[in-house]
Amino acid sequence: MSTEALRIVWIYPDLLSTYGDRGNLLILARRAADRGIPVETYEIRSDQRMPNGADIYLIGGGEDGPQALAAQRLLADGGLHQAVARGASVLSICAGYQLLGHSFYAKGAKCAGLGLLDISSDRGETRAVGELRGDIDPRLGLPPLTGFENHGGRTHVGQHAAPLARVTGGIGNDGQTEGAWAGKILGTYSHGPALARNPAIADLLLRWSTGADRLAPLDDSWTEQLRNERLTAASPARPV
Amino acid sequence: MILTVWQRDVTFASGTLAGVTDGKMPLIAKVATSVSKTAAALSRAAGRGDGSVIGGWIGLKIDPDLLAHLASGRAVALVSGTNGKTTTTRLTAAAVGVLGRVATNSFGANMPTGHTSALAREGHTPFAVLEVDEHYLAQVIDATRPKVVALLNLSRDQLDRAKEVAMMAQLWKTTLAGHPEIKVVANADDPMVVWAASASPQTTWFSAGQRWLDDSFVCPESGHPIERAQGEWWCTGCPLRRPRPQWVVEDEGVIDPRGDWHLVKLQLPGKVNIGNAATALAVAGEFGVRPIEALPRLARVASIAGRYAQVDKDGRNIRLLLAKNPASWLEAFDMADQAPTLLSINARDPDGLDTSWLYDVDFSPLRDRPVLITGDRAYDLAVRLQVNQVPFRHVQSFDEALAAVPPGRLEVIANYTAFQDIRAELDRVN
Repeated sequence: MSTEALRIVWIYPDLLSTYGDRGNLLILARRAADRGIPVETYEIRSDQRMPNGADIYLIGGGEDGPQALAAQRLLADGGLHQAVARGASVLSICAGYQLLGHSFYAKGAKCAGLGLLDISSDRGETRAVGELRGDIDPRLGLPPLTGFENHGGRTHVGQHAAPLARVTGGIGNDGQTEGAWAGKILGTYSHGPALARNPAIADLLLRWSTGADRLAPLDDSWTEQLRNERLTAASPARPV
Repeated sequence: MILTVWQRDVTFASGTLAGVTDGKMPLIAKVATSVSKTAAALSRAAGRGDGSVIGGWIGLKIDPDLLAHLASGRAVALVSGTNGKTTTTRLTAAAVGVLGRVATNSFGANMPTGHTSALAREGHTPFAVLEVDEHYLAQVIDATRPKVVALLNLSRDQLDRAKEVAMMAQLWKTTLAGHPEIKVVANADDPMVVWAASASPQTTWFSAGQRWLDDSFVCPESGHPIERAQGEWWCTGCPLRRPRPQWVVEDEGVIDPRGDWHLVKLQLPGKVNIGNAATALAVAGEFGVRPIEALPRLARVASIAGRYAQVDKDGRNIRLLLAKNPASWLEAFDMADQAPTLLSINARDPDGLDTSWLYDVDFSPLRDRPVLITGDRAYDLAVRLQVNQVPFRHVQSFDEALAAVPPGRLEVIANYTAFQDIRAELDRVN
């Protein structure tokens, strides 16, 4: 890996890429390239060593079996832990979000997570499927979150992490809060290509990784129309 | 919406009319059949649809065993999989037609209501070829006692409501293990299908290629990675590997189990349809049909429920391609000419509510042609195309799209309800 370019790793696309998760890699790379930031992207399969020197790590959604396997491999590998210790940023989605926590459930069994985020997950009584909307933690200074959720888990956020958003539509962690963040690690139930509807989160990851205070604006007019449409479509939050 | 009602309400009570059949349909089944046909005719006359669902729905309400009664005495083939079901069913029905009349659900109504309507509509036929939604395969096998089941492929499709791929494969495997009498015709190139079909003692394998690989990198048996090279695949952790196929697509034709190559001439576009034809020949082969007999019939199939249909309007030659999920979008790009292309995306119930699959499709093949976009979820598509660096123009309606392109070919690629909307604009072209 060269030292100048922004290095983005997509973790285990062979295991965790259920629905459009590649989109986050494509969007980050495009938004960096459009600003003249050179980018190198790496797709690391589960039978490869996880590099510890990249800038941004992406981990996506998946079925129970692959989720449990991914957690085992990442624990055994240790590369992602080293990367986080070095200050890398992480965007985790759905199953990938759960496995960054202390524990999660897959195929009815409790599994050990990576412990990189102070969260733990168990099973809800119903599957959360539909539009998700939330007001993001004001400390991050981002516009509202919009996404589509499709998960059976419920997640409890501990003292050493903060919810990513307060839910205003859909379920998220528990009908009250959605996702979590700590340091430069973000997690969300907004599944698949979450950055397509939330380019401000993509830019946050780029700012964290480049150290830039602000980035040149891009033409996001189509994205704005999409965001307005989807934010209106989400129904009000309901506690579960 | 009928669609949601039938999924919830139609169940197959078994044994309620046991002993009454003895070769003839019981009275209640006759009444149900008659009412079912009348309802279908009324639906068509009222312009509400093609009658392929409502008739069966009412019939099954009157006699829950109606599908079993209607299937009794016919030699039945079922066709299931994520993609290519409707086309393969149509081609298989054409091929089996060599032997006699075939009842088939050629409108793509692929749940038990649609099967019931199709069988009721056709009256008694010696053969039936039915497309089956992959979730309903077990149920429909129990009801129709098929001679042959064809398994095409399994890939991601509407995960907001469908079963995940590995669960689907497990369901098939369990079902087939309980029916050793069924001859299974299965795709040797799809590891998920091979794993499911390996539960059957009687399998004929075909090779039609697998363009979409993202759902079969992990072995469903052992969880180890699957490797691929030179058309073969194998699990790195267990004995599961690509079986040697008896039917193989090669160039523009098909090699049969005797090793003879047959040119496949179709009106349907694309390599993928040569693969569908190979599958149809393999299924028909289980009924004793020889390729040389079936091929002229396959060549006469021009369009299927609007798919591949060509319509001339205002000097434009419009061709309709249906693409429902990532794998079928890749196939549509393979079939489409380098001509102005309208993409239309909805996310209504039959489509799945989630549009994230757009990022599983690489739209870059469209960079060399004018692209128009429309549909309920055109903004999702706009953002996707922007990331993919595909220039496009957004239009509000099909008419606006027609006016925006020069005379000549207009390719239309749309997902399910968007396709039906455009088909309605073209007088429900078949």
